[in-house]
Amino acid sequence: MTDIAKDQLFEYLLRLGDSSLILGQRLSEWCGHGPELEEDIALINIALDLIGQARSLLTYAGEVEGRGRDEDGLAFLRDGTDYRNLLLVEQPNQDFAYTIARQFLFDAFHLEQQRALMGSRDETLAAIAGKSVKEVTYHLRHSSEWLVRLGDGTPLSHGKMQTALDDLWMYSGEMFEMDALEAALAEAGVAPDRAALRPAWEARVAAVIEEATLQRPDDGWMQSGGLRGRHSEHLGHILAEMQHLQRAHPGAQW
Amino acid sequence: MSSRDWPLFEVFIRSRNGLSHKHVGSLHAADAGMALENARDVYTRRAEGVSIWVVPSTQIVASDPGEKDAFFEPTADKIYRHPTFYDIPDDVKNI
Repeated sequence: MTDIAKDQLFEYLLRLGDSSLILGQRLSEWCGHGPELEEDIALINIALDLIGQARSLLTYAGEVEGRGRDEDGLAFLRDGTDYRNLLLVEQPNQDFAYTIARQFLFDAFHLEQQRALMGSRDETLAAIAGKSVKEVTYHLRHSSEWLVRLGDGTPLSHGKMQTALDDLWMYSGEMFEMDALEAALAEAGVAPDRAALRPAWEARVAAVIEEATLQRPDDGWMQSGGLRGRHSEHLGHILAEMQHLQRAHPGAQW
Repeated sequence: MSSRDWPLFEVFIRSRNGLSHKHVGSLHAADAGMALENARDVYTRRAEGVSIWVVPSTQIVASDPGEKDAFFEPTADKIYRHPTFYDIPDDVKNI
């Protein structure tokens, strides 16, 4: 096992924690607006799972960094260019079909990623993944059920589900993009090779899409940049809402 | 789709192994599969259970509150049905 520099691990933990945090924040926009009372609660349960994962990951990131930043410092006092989440998770909720398509594409990846991380040589990371994997298994079950229900539903729901899948597909490539940082982490046995997660993701996504009577979109141009801090215009709006209170009243507690 | 279109399900949860399922409430869902997931999300958020049953509310046959007297009143004066009139020998435990 080669040694991993602290800043490399810190950077990777941000990539993991930020994707969970931003998707959790996005989903929580549904609170009080869900299509059904029961589904409202289901979406917020998932949001809370994701925010819980982000708390563990960002707390650990702060410890690794060793500059005194805790989970709140990292979540509420970083600017957009310092965020390392996937572009997919910052995309707007739009309607329920988009929310489900985004969730499904991410959940299918997230499950493979967390399963692989359970074998990480970093014990803290492996322990966090061990807890997360049970939550993510349910998330994927939930989003898969809805994808099938809406895809194989009425002509209207089928059309909306296909449009959402088509529009979000270009954000799926980034999940499997490797760079020098993660190659080094993979070499050290700390992080999985993202490309190696792809076959299982492809198989799962293809099976559910087929059951949903939908068409798998063709792989065209893939958006990229979130993991390096280059985000779409949407992230700034999320952070404005999420960080407003801590920015306006630093250290506020209630 | 509005709630009017979704049937009602009754939810029963077993809180621990060894106990029986207990009615906890009801919810709306499009079908039984969704009802089970909704029950998990709505009624087990605070580690309330290890098993869930969902039953379509229309499948429950209930006694009529109007017949309460005929159904239950006659048992009120038959206290001899309660096992409280037996002398239990001191050596017998666990009855």
